Parts: sequence; C-alpha cells; structure tokens
Amino acid sequence: MTTTEQRPQSKTDPLGPGYKVAGQEMRYRDAFNKTLRDELNHDPDVFIMGEDISGGFDKDTKEPLDAWGGPFAATKGLVQDFGPERIRDAPISEAGFVGAAIGAALTGLRPVVDLMYFDFVTVAYDQLLSNAAKSRYMFGGQTKVPITLFARSGAGTGHAAQHSESFYSMLAHIPGLKVVVPSDPYSCRGLLSAAIRDDDPVFLVNDKKLINLTGFVPDESYVIELGKGRYLKRGKDVTLVGMSYTSIVCKEAADKLAGQGIDAEVIDMMSLSPFDEDILLESVMKTNRVVIVDEDTPRASMASEFAAVIADKAFDYLDAPVKRVTAPHTPVPYNRGLENAFMPKPDDVVATVLKMMAR
Amino acid sequence: MTELTHEKLTWLYTTMYRIRRFEETMLEQTFKGNAMGVTHPSDGQEAVPTGICAHLTVKDWIGSTHRGHGHCIAKGLETRRMMAEIMGRATGQCKGKGGSMHIADFSKGMLGTNAIVGASVPLAVGAALTAKYRGKESESIGVSFFGDGATSQGVVHESMNLAAIWKLPVIFACENNGYAEATPAWYAVSTDDISSRAEGYGIPGVQVDGMDVFAVYDAAGQAVARARRGEGPTLLDLKTYRYHGHFHADDPTKYRKAEEEAAYKARDCLKSFEERVTAQKLMTGDELSKIRDSIEAEMVDAVQFALDSPMPDEAELYSDVYVSYSNPLLGLR
Repeated sequence: MTTTEQRPQSKTDPLGPGYKVAGQEMRYRDAFNKTLRDELNHDPDVFIMGEDISGGFDKDTKEPLDAWGGPFAATKGLVQDFGPERIRDAPISEAGFVGAAIGAALTGLRPVVDLMYFDFVTVAYDQLLSNAAKSRYMFGGQTKVPITLFARSGAGTGHAAQHSESFYSMLAHIPGLKVVVPSDPYSCRGLLSAAIRDDDPVFLVNDKKLINLTGFVPDESYVIELGKGRYLKRGKDVTLVGMSYTSIVCKEAADKLAGQGIDAEVIDMMSLSPFDEDILLESVMKTNRVVIVDEDTPRASMASEFAAVIADKAFDYLDAPVKRVTAPHTPVPYNRGLENAFMPKPDDVVATVLKMMAR
Repeated sequence: MTELTHEKLTWLYTTMYRIRRFEETMLEQTFKGNAMGVTHPSDGQEAVPTGICAHLTVKDWIGSTHRGHGHCIAKGLETRRMMAEIMGRATGQCKGKGGSMHIADFSKGMLGTNAIVGASVPLAVGAALTAKYRGKESESIGVSFFGDGATSQGVVHESMNLAAIWKLPVIFACENNGYAEATPAWYAVSTDDISSRAEGYGIPGVQVDGMDVFAVYDAAGQAVARARRGEGPTLLDLKTYRYHGHFHADDPTKYRKAEEEAAYKARDCLKSFEERVTAQKLMTGDELSKIRDSIEAEMVDAVQFALDSPMPDEAELYSDVYVSYSNPLLGLR
C-alpha cells in the first residue's frame, strides 16, 4: 500500500492535523475536491463516475457543461481539466453503474463512484455486497476490487427520511468492504487519498453537516492509514467516542464538561471497518468510563459494536456501564424540531456523562 | 454458413463435447457425494458459449451465471481445476472457496460464474468500459451471458442502457432456455421475443437458434465485429434448452413436457454438428471419434486429479477477504 505519510498520524497527538506543516484553512468540500484532483493527477487509471458529477450537457455540442459540478459541488471544475471519459456522468442507475465500476475495477481501473446520498447505497447494495466485497474471496484471491465510493449522510439539513441516512453498520457489516468516516477537512483529504490508493473496495461517508465546515489542510498530499482512530482531545475522566459528525458533537460536549470540572477524552474513530480497537481499549482502560456517540439508529449499529468490544476486552477496567448516545430507532423526520430531537447533541452527551459520573 | 477452417470446426466440436461430458461427469460426481454443494448443469446449451467464445481471445472478458460451466470451458478454463473447485479442493480454480457458482479465471478473461441472477451483467459492461477507457475496444470486448430469467432484473436493463448510451463493446447473450428455475418464460417474461428488448435501447437485437452452433457462430461474429469496430452493444436472444433440471437434484419432468424435451433433443447441438460436418465431408467420423476419446480421457483425469487433491488448509478461511487489513484474523476469534 502506498501509505507514506507526510507526517506520522500519531494517535497520541492532541494537536490534531496539520501540526508544523505548511497548509491552509479550507472548507471540507474544497479539501474533497482538491483531493480528487490530486488523485486524478496521481494515477491515470483513476476515473470518477456518478450522477450529475459534471451535470448537464450542451444539446448542440454534446459537451458537458459542469452546471452542477456534482452533488454539493464535490467534482466542480474537474470535467474541464480531465474530460468526460474521466469525469463520467452516469444516468440514474445506481445498481448499473456501481456494477460497471466494479467490472472496471476487476479489469484494471480504479473507479471512484459518487453515490450522491448515502441512502442510495441500498439501490446498489447487491453489487456492493455480492460483487465488490466478495469477488476477491470467492475467487480465491485471484483478483482485487480497487473501487472507492462516496456519498452524503446525516440528518440536520431538512432532507427527510430518504436522504438523511447514517446506516454505517450496513456497510461495516460486510466482510471485504472498508468504511471510513472523515470528520474534518484534514481527515477527509487523508482518508480519501488513502481510499483511492487502497486495493480494496472502500466506502467513504461524508456527513452533510461537515461539508461547509472549515479546517486546516496541509498543502502536500498525504494519506491517513485506514483502520486507525485518533485522539481529538486528551482527558482522564471519561472517553467520548465519535465518528464522522459525532466527533464534533463529542468535542463540544467535552468543552462543556470541562466547565463542570470533568476532563473528557475524545476519540475520532475515522475508520469503521476495519476499526481501531487499540485506541478504544487504551483510552477506556485509562478513563474507565465510555460514552459512544453515533447518529445511526441504535440496533446493530457501530455504537453497539464498539460497546461489545469494550465489554468483551476491557470489562474489568469499567467503573460504569458502557453508554451509547444514538439516534432513536426511527426514520429521520422532516420537521426541524423533530429532526433536531432525532440527532445526538452535545447536551445529550453531557447529560449522559453527568449521570454516569454521579454513580 | 460462414466458411470455417478445419481448426475452427475441431475447436467447436471439442469445446461442445467437453462441456457436455464435463456436465455429465460433474453430475455423476455430485450424486456420488463428491461435489460439496449445489451444481447447475448446462448440458443441452453447449452451442451458445461455444459459438460465441469462438470469436474471443484471452483479452476479451465474459461474465457468467450460476449455470456457468459451459462459459468457463468455452473461455479456456481447465476442466481439472474446475472439477477440483466443485469438489472444494485446494487445487480448485478458486482454492475451493468459490464452488460451482463462483468459478473465475482472470488470466483467461473470465469474470466469474455468479449466483445472483443478472448481477454479472454490469461487470461485463464495466470490462467494456475499461477497454473503451484505454482505447482498446478493437481487442477487448465484454460478453455477458445471462438467462431468460435475468431479463426480468432491473440491473440487466440498466446495463443495456449504460452500454447503449456509452457505445460500449458489449455482447448481451441471453441464453434463453425457456425456464427460470421452474417458471416458464411465457409466464414470467412479457414478450415471447426477448430480442425485441433491444429496440428500447436503440441497439440491434437478434433472435438466434441456440441449438445450432453454426447459427450462433454467425450471429456472434457480427455482434463481436460490431463491438470491435466501436459501434456499441448487441443483444442476442439465443433459444436453447437445458437437458437437466435447474440444479442437480431438480426433476424437470414436474414442470416440462416430455414432447418439448424430445423436440429439443432431436436438434441436439452435437448430433446436428456431426451430421452436418460428415455429410459435407468437412470432418470424418474418425476425427470426431478421436476427439470424443480424448475428452473421455480428460474427464477421467479431471475427476482423479480432483479426488487426489488436498482439502484447503483451515487458514484459508481467513485469507483473501482483503488485500490489506491490520488484523490477520479479522477480529473473528
């Protein structure tokens, strides 16, 4: 794997990304776009496919217009520089074009697929499960499927039940597939580059709430090792475990808890499959308390999986039961008040920690 | 009928007979308990993969189905490694981890037999996309084999639309044996002319007698040439018949009429080939008999090779899930 890092992604580095390297503040969406451009330049076998990724064609010249530049402008400007063969606009055929991308990956290319909303995974799920994830295994290791998929997840933007899913566990459950969830522009860039360069199928989930947030991004290209978490804040009293946007929820909760004299440690998982058992166990064995925060619905979720691993391997270190703060077992509602109630919020985390500490 | 060289005729007969005897031998072994799972024989349908793959090279890619032994053989896979795979052996085509429904050989341009009906169709489209991406349509096309049952699957239609709008070098080869498991096509498919589906995608659709290898060869030749010229996909509706049930233990007499089976068997692809080439003095009975003898010996060897082969090591349970992963035991134990 081409995983030479610009600097070590140390999980003990509380300063987070970009420390002591040249870089700039940028939006998550711009970091994403910049990374796609880097990877298209890095390897001629990389191409991008998805609905409206250039978006619109001139009726007379048949040339792509880049009117959309992809959902949330993720691929804006790329078709001008790389052309319609490498920035391939696809019809609304998720199963068909994901399958075609897998066929292209099996025959030597490195497709990157934009699935628009995370919910659309289910339309292409058979291709992901039966072909992308299983081909290597069922064919006895003869082949590999170096495909990267990405989509937008999460509630909080009024997209309602069918455009707001966070069902990470539906993908993490599949042997053969890798799942990564960046939480800021730095992790977005490092994980996306790593995903595209990785020889296994990787799904990268972008929470919509992150897309316009800004953060530091190094100028030089780098990768973050798949399967590793990181500490966003060091602390000694309780471990807060976040993934994707809930890592930000955890950080905000930790700030609030600090005001009440509670020193919380915050872990950002970054990868959900494989995931970093070591960082979970290391932290929990130190703080002896853990709250896992997940915007997915709770049954058979990543929160449940992390809780099971901690109960299995760090039971004797726990001073309190493992707690999960998740969405309820409901679809995502449209009404803003209901939607807000659906999502895990810093105050929910704080309340859970206070109750736990009062034991 | 296209003029065929003696070499090509020999290849056609050898391939069809190899498929026929592989399926029969595989069934014998299945009933002896030597196969480790479900098998789906394709005997009766040999003319289809043979007539099509006769136009392909190792650089072309095929996608296949649960009834895929014939496709594998026509694309050049070794019968001994296929037999070993069906017997779950370490020497099998996929180390015994795939079985009959997951046999692939990427060195031969074979993307795998596939147990989800219709699911391999977009893979062949993707292989064709790779060829187009690299400007190699003239030397690498995708052929998708699927059955009449798959024509009711959405992803098959999506694949045809994609191949049509992107003008990809693909052959959609519908092996129309009239039955999806036990359900007849007249019940499940809204037309009795599957080739007419092509009209909806603006591509050529051709009905072909899938019991006649010469008819298949001619129709496939035109479709392959069109694909290699960069003119896009073709749908072939190849009418054929499976002599056995859906899977090894299925009794097709429960849902098919004896007269229907007899009518197809009267047009058996091997028998009609033999009659035709000997009548036209293109091959001698002696030549054909020598081919059959060599295949019989090959089958004996394939079975013996498989039976003599070791079972996979238990560590194989964990291998090949990922190319790279931090935990070698995948966190299972």
